[in-house]
Amino acid sequence: METTQPTAPALEVSGLIKRYGALTAVNNVSFTVQRGEVVGFLGPNGAGKSTTLRVLAGLLAADAGLVKVCGVPVASQAAQARLHLGFMPENNPLPEDLRVIEYLRLRADLKGLRGARRRERVQKVMELCDLHRTASRKIIGSLSKGFRQRVGIADALLAEPDVVVLDEPTIGLDPHQILQIRELLAGLRGKHTVLLSSHILAEVEQSCDRVIIINQGNLVAAGRPADLRQEFLPGERWELEIVGDPEPAQAVLKTLEPAATVTSAPVAEGVTVLRFHTSTGPQFGEKLLAELSRRQVSVRSLRRHEASLEDIFLAATKRGWDGLTPKA
Amino acid sequence: MKGFRHLFFHELRSLAISPSTYIAGTLFLLLVGVFFYQILAQFAQEAQDRLPMEMFFTYFWIPVWFMIPLLTMRSFAEERRLGTLDALMTTRVTPGAVVMAKFSAAYVYYCLLWALTLLFPILAAWKLGPASGGALLKTIPLYGGYTFVALSGLLFISVGILCSAITRSVLVAGMLSFSLIFVITVGATMLQNATGSWLSDYDGVVDYFRLFRHLDDFTRGIVDTRPVLFHLSAALLFLGLSTLVVEGQTS
Repeated sequence: METTQPTAPALEVSGLIKRYGALTAVNNVSFTVQRGEVVGFLGPNGAGKSTTLRVLAGLLAADAGLVKVCGVPVASQAAQARLHLGFMPENNPLPEDLRVIEYLRLRADLKGLRGARRRERVQKVMELCDLHRTASRKIIGSLSKGFRQRVGIADALLAEPDVVVLDEPTIGLDPHQILQIRELLAGLRGKHTVLLSSHILAEVEQSCDRVIIINQGNLVAAGRPADLRQEFLPGERWELEIVGDPEPAQAVLKTLEPAATVTSAPVAEGVTVLRFHTSTGPQFGEKLLAELSRRQVSVRSLRRHEASLEDIFLAATKRGWDGLTPKA
Repeated sequence: MKGFRHLFFHELRSLAISPSTYIAGTLFLLLVGVFFYQILAQFAQEAQDRLPMEMFFTYFWIPVWFMIPLLTMRSFAEERRLGTLDALMTTRVTPGAVVMAKFSAAYVYYCLLWALTLLFPILAAWKLGPASGGALLKTIPLYGGYTFVALSGLLFISVGILCSAITRSVLVAGMLSFSLIFVITVGATMLQNATGSWLSDYDGVVDYFRLFRHLDDFTRGIVDTRPVLFHLSAALLFLGLSTLVVEGQTS
């Protein structure tokens, strides 16, 4: 029987395939999450995110492939693997008729926590998730969505698992609640390995070290946002606001970057914004400003746009739909 | 069976705070009370060739038909519908422990309700005095009847648990449970009546499945191991199937 390997990656997924009848929900997906990483797991609806996470949690058996949690194979040693994993399923199902503290105590019992450690952990996760002040004695059915999500996260953290897998922890929350959950997730950094599935890309961008993007069951991108930017959207995007005639500025752009495609649009009376894309690096801005200044073009502003995770996501999923599936 | 004890107490608590438990319990005691009153009334009008408690237990099937579905239909169907079964299976509990905890809690409640019906003959005997009320407290039909109820309860509740495990719909679970319990209760008797002499060669086999035959034996003080084996093995079969169904939901 295999035992936990302290140096093994937190999560290893290799050649994972899961089919529902004729539909292949997850098709040969492979990725690794190292210990201590906070990783975002992205994909459009129906991409296979929840299926993958359910396989990781041992709730679904894979048709093929190998899934290990801290070096323990989930398929053959599910009970052992669960000891290392805290999972919050999609929609965060909770019993409506229990009080928060009762529910967490029950979950602690079921996760094998006993005596003083049980008391200490229940108290600790309630403090961590800000449930200890008003919510602990409330019936779960009467809680707001934000507090319910906190209860789900508290449950996932209860047994101090090495790996915490959260399936859409911010779905359905308002911006205030999202901010609170984001702060909560930030508090997990360095203590747990976190795999976070979310539709809210700004959320993932702010919370995660790396992202994994799947589409139609295939892994289409995996890496740090900066690396993915280079892979999917190389070069820089610029926005230049000109006061007066934009023609001289366009001429300068043609001279400095002949391949650039420039689009112009008036934004106010006498003010035009020029948008263009370069591949010569961020220092292009200095050269451009110097040249415009030399030609006495009146510049209101010059902004370099970094591709957002949303842009990367759209580019990666488009590539997935186009049938290109790069290796992880 | 990891987690059985915690789940069992949790299930008992859930039953204790669920309105359907009290609805089922109240209806059950009302119905059983009415039957008991009718039996006493019959005895007051004319002498009967059976003891009152023997007659009382012949009505066991009527409350069972509605009480078992009410008691068990939510156990798995509701958890599957809400998704809380998934959350449960992410802990170290085994499917067998979950099935046994739900089964045991429902069985305890079932036995408790039947135990409350013991108050009917006790109170009636106390009111009627030893001369008239003595027949109500004859030990053989009491022991035999309650042993049969406890034994058949194992089977009925395991059926209810299985029906709840195979569907997400509480309503479907209730209807399935009712139908299966109906067949188990009267199926063998109906088969014997319908086939007449045609199945007479197999009377022994059909008799083995006749619950009323088992009840007759028990209330007359005959404790045959065959019905005991039948109820226990059937209950184990249904609980085993329930465990496989719950396990299968994670594959």
